[in-house]
Amino acid sequence: MTTALRRLAGMAVTLVVASFIIFAAMYAAPGDPVTFLIGNPENLTPERIAAVRAEYHLDEPLFVQYWLWLSGAVTGDLGTSFQYHQPVAAIMSSRLPATLSLVAYAAVLFTVAGVGLGIWAAVRRGRVADSAVVGATTLAASVPSFVVGIVLVSFFSVQLGWFPVTGAGEGFADRMHHLTLPAIALSVGALAIVSRVTRQTMVEQFDSEHVEAARSTGLAERLVVLRHVLRNAWGPIITMIALVIASMLAGTVVVESVFGISGIGSLLVDAINTHDFPIVQAVLLYMVVAYMIVTTLVDLLLPLLDPRIGSRVKTS
Amino acid sequence: MTTTTADALLTRTGLTGRRRDPLFWISTGFLAVVVLVAAFAPLIAPYDPEAIDFAAIWAPPSLAHPFGTDQLGRDLLSRLLLGTRESLIGPFLLLVGATVLGVAIGIVAAWNGGWIDVLLARITDVMFAFPGLLFVVLVIAVFGEGPATAVVALALAYAPVIAKFTRSIALSELARPYVDAYRVQGVGGGVIAARYVVPNMAPALLGYLVVLFGEGLMGLATLSYLGFGAQPPSSEWGLMVQEGQDGIVLGHFGPTLVPGLAISAVVVAVNIVGVRLSERMGARA
Repeated sequence: MTTALRRLAGMAVTLVVASFIIFAAMYAAPGDPVTFLIGNPENLTPERIAAVRAEYHLDEPLFVQYWLWLSGAVTGDLGTSFQYHQPVAAIMSSRLPATLSLVAYAAVLFTVAGVGLGIWAAVRRGRVADSAVVGATTLAASVPSFVVGIVLVSFFSVQLGWFPVTGAGEGFADRMHHLTLPAIALSVGALAIVSRVTRQTMVEQFDSEHVEAARSTGLAERLVVLRHVLRNAWGPIITMIALVIASMLAGTVVVESVFGISGIGSLLVDAINTHDFPIVQAVLLYMVVAYMIVTTLVDLLLPLLDPRIGSRVKTS
Repeated sequence: MTTTTADALLTRTGLTGRRRDPLFWISTGFLAVVVLVAAFAPLIAPYDPEAIDFAAIWAPPSLAHPFGTDQLGRDLLSRLLLGTRESLIGPFLLLVGATVLGVAIGIVAAWNGGWIDVLLARITDVMFAFPGLLFVVLVIAVFGEGPATAVVALALAYAPVIAKFTRSIALSELARPYVDAYRVQGVGGGVIAARYVVPNMAPALLGYLVVLFGEGLMGLATLSYLGFGAQPPSSEWGLMVQEGQDGIVLGHFGPTLVPGLAISAVVVAVNIVGVRLSERMGARA
């Protein structure tokens, strides 16, 4: 339990440091936010500038501004968007569902396909299927995800008309329909990583003595794979899947832009282009938080799945 | 056992081994052609890549326009050929910058240890712990979009990765007797590192850097696609994909698919060459 507490404290420190770096970077960015805030140059009177500066606390020094922002952020108030003039938290929460369902969909796809391909390659190691899986997934990982997305849209949406071209859809079935191609585009790069880790850890298990022993008892090969090889290979596979999901939560920017999904990623692109710093700040912080939550969860859950990991930590 | 391994190594690196690896030579040949195209692009391109022709918007492939034209009637083939330059020079500059910085930091960390080594370990930890995109986006949000910012942002993101790799091979290289021999003769540390250690590490670094070039090309094209890198009227490939995307719903796939496939083909070829190079260098060492 103390390890969990220590992890929590570490996360809090990381968060404060990360948020300060992000905040300071936005503060140091060239260009006066007032000009973006007021927009229309005709309204740029000294009184108006002073009023806007006071409203957004732009006239305070960096540390005061950061403190105001941090004390607001703790209570869920992430500031007000320069562009939309709405609370950042409200904008973020309206954009989150699309991104989260996209990542969840992609996670299911690349886990099933990646682990499946990895198992297949490991069982057929050294044969044609093995090199075909390794070659094909590596090749697929060399294609940028926006190209994969555009090829998918051109063929399946425009040419065949099977899927919608843009949007995230409403309701479960419609959302699945809308997000199928984006989820595929998002998973292609991850396939190579997950299938390689699966294949590698399984091949190592195949050479070990306990597998030899199991096989010598006359156990069917299918059961050897399921009960002895795969069971001992789960640790690295699950860790890798979690790492991929964690970076995917921050990596939907490109796919959301290709498919016109209004999620967190496309919000970030818009916010950078319009110099909407409160939103950029909040999105970058969301990426840090999402990454930390997923990696911490795995670290805490893995010992439950494989007791040897927990005992190793204790003895060392 | 030892003789068979030795035989395998000899045939691998020998002339026979080269003949047996057609994929490597096809990829190398393809990349050579791409570099030649970049060098002589203005001479080969049939049209001015920025010449707008409203009479020929989204023209299908024809004899006059082998790949058709884009949304402004610009010749796609000419834009693709000219775009080779910016699409290759960007990743090249990024790799040179990241390599100089990364190799220098890596060697210093391996040589001195101490606080530089600790700092490098911390920075690489943070870089690996958080998605690389985060850092790049932060740099672009602060310094504004543009090809130079995109190159600098990615170079800064890659430098610690290269530094970590350099440090790992430099540690074993520095332990070799010739380093001490030079030091006893009174040769300065910087001279030993630059004249002897770096050239000795070069083969091990080469394959890794080639693979990173492919990654950099993909990264820069992605940033341009998002509007953060090359700006119009440039014909950088990532930007071409983005500009051509509007044509998809109207059934005009060429302007976006042609540059997209060009990026993919170059990255695939670069990866094949890089992986094979590291395998060969690894086998030799």
